[in-house]
Amino acid sequence: MEKEKRNNLIMTFIAIALVYLVVFILELTLRPTSIVFTVLRKGAIYSLVAVSMNLLNGFTGLFSLGQAGFMLLGAYTYAILTIPTEVKQSDRVYRYYDAVINFDTGVFVALIAAGLVAAFFAFLIGLPVLRLKSDYLAIATLGFAEIIRAIFQWDVLGPLTNGANLLREFKDLSRITLPFSDIPFPPTLFVFIVAGVCILLVVLLINSSYGRAFKAIRDDEVAAEAMGINLFKHKEMSFVISSFFAGISGALLAMFQYTVQAQQFRTMLTYEILLIVVIGGIGSISGSCIASFLYIALSEWWLRGLDMGTFLGINAPELFRSGFRRLVFSVIIMIIVLFFSKGIMGDKEISFERMKHLFRKKRKAKGADA
Amino acid sequence: MKNLLELEHVTMQFGGVVAVNDLSMHVDENEIVALIGPNGAGKTTAFNCITGVYEPSNGKISYDGKCIIANHPSGKMAKLYAGKEHEMYLGGKVLAPTPDEITKLGIARTFQNIRLFKSMNVFDNVLTAMHVRAKANLFSSVFRLSWKEEKEMRDATEKLLKEQNLWEMRAEEATSLPYGLQRRLEIARALATRPKLLLLDEPAAGMNPQETQELASFIKEIKERYGLTVLMIEHHMDLVMNISDRIYVLDFGSLIAEGTPEEVQSNQRVIDAYLGVAENV
Repeated sequence: MEKEKRNNLIMTFIAIALVYLVVFILELTLRPTSIVFTVLRKGAIYSLVAVSMNLLNGFTGLFSLGQAGFMLLGAYTYAILTIPTEVKQSDRVYRYYDAVINFDTGVFVALIAAGLVAAFFAFLIGLPVLRLKSDYLAIATLGFAEIIRAIFQWDVLGPLTNGANLLREFKDLSRITLPFSDIPFPPTLFVFIVAGVCILLVVLLINSSYGRAFKAIRDDEVAAEAMGINLFKHKEMSFVISSFFAGISGALLAMFQYTVQAQQFRTMLTYEILLIVVIGGIGSISGSCIASFLYIALSEWWLRGLDMGTFLGINAPELFRSGFRRLVFSVIIMIIVLFFSKGIMGDKEISFERMKHLFRKKRKAKGADA
Repeated sequence: MKNLLELEHVTMQFGGVVAVNDLSMHVDENEIVALIGPNGAGKTTAFNCITGVYEPSNGKISYDGKCIIANHPSGKMAKLYAGKEHEMYLGGKVLAPTPDEITKLGIARTFQNIRLFKSMNVFDNVLTAMHVRAKANLFSSVFRLSWKEEKEMRDATEKLLKEQNLWEMRAEEATSLPYGLQRRLEIARALATRPKLLLLDEPAAGMNPQETQELASFIKEIKERYGLTVLMIEHHMDLVMNISDRIYVLDFGSLIAEGTPEEVQSNQRVIDAYLGVAENV
């Protein structure tokens, strides 16, 4: 039993290592502008934020819709910290304001800071908001995200946030180098490593004693409390950690997009992530990851033809014109939500044990047919 | 014998309804005490006051010689208050711990309608309850620096499940167990918080006579094995009379009798409360 478990763990690690190897090889061989990289990068970023949302919604049972707000905090923190000092002093970015933050930090420090700033705000907001339940919590966090977006565009904060203008020229994906050198770091691999480490941390958390306490709160608050689990403390913990990773994914999104503007972090973004969580399965980390790659691949790549005039070899520019993709996409989502409401994975995780089980079942079924 | 739990003039009032009125009782160490009474007598409310789910309107509760819960009518309740001993605790301190703090003190409870963690298997249900005694902080827990403690928790869970004869079903979903075993698992989960005082809210509800018999010996057994003190609410009179050392009887929120099973059985007020009084026409 123990041995089998260990074998499965080793197999999982090998599989993950293989994924990273494939990403690395793709990056060496394919054209850097290939759509594959867009899908992989954005997919990895969305995986991270979906996992962070799943930690809150799926594992702690808190229905929060503040993810876009925390991503915005992360993205801005990262961008502001990594715009080089000379750019800040020139008027290339801060054209109408004098930048207050007159220094720049490395990528690593800025990423951590992005998480910490989001976590700090989550801590403050959590104090009043986490005493609310279900829908009310969702409304409060949604409101927070909108307020943050409005505040960041306020021109009084201009010296910090550049008002409603774009932030750019920070260390985006094309400017990452290996530490202490000028050799560029493969950007997709970078996104994968950061997202992978963060997701690994979440997995470790969920399987720890605290993770079990979170699940207990989700299952039954009254019983959890009677078992000595302090509801508020653990909810706050989960909220802060989730926001920390949302902040980091916001920073990654900023790196991916090359520019940051508060406008981008609309409620729509939160709904997209919520959708990914639901499609992947509420309470399943691997489900969230699979769903985010699928979602991004569909919306950015496979269904693109629906907007461009040709789809699956059918050329119908009258029908397949701009906006049609969204229509088809909505229908697909409706079908998923209506008929597969448990999502791809339910609340289970993908594992070799389960796959073996599945294969065995199939083989048995085949044997029965013959 | 030492006083483990003591309630002094505890009153719980909801709006205008006095659910528990001036309840004073005590539970000594290593006793099995039962709290009985007709439906709606306020037994579960009394339980919820002890475990911190409700904040009593008036009165004081001590555990192990220390006052843990205290309150007096204030604000709106001062005007509304309809219980006894209105003035007794006025100006005193107010102590209103949350249920998890009560559990940390060593008081564990089960629920009238079983509340297991639905998504978890039997093993994880018990393991989760060990969290309250874990010393690891978030950081050491995530990075597995406290793996020793984690292993201890797992071993303790294994030991507990074996003692409770639940080890064979450890991988099964908690809610898929037969009813009697779910009760037993709930008690095992409560034991995992390492209590000194165990509060059982109708442990025999929905059990047939044979299961009730087993439960009686089970409660006695865990009491001996873990050095527990038990306070229980129960309706099955054979169970109550069989195992309790002392009995308190509640009716309409007030204490109407207390004593050994024999004393209570022959008490006229108790018989009246259960069977009703013939009106003089």
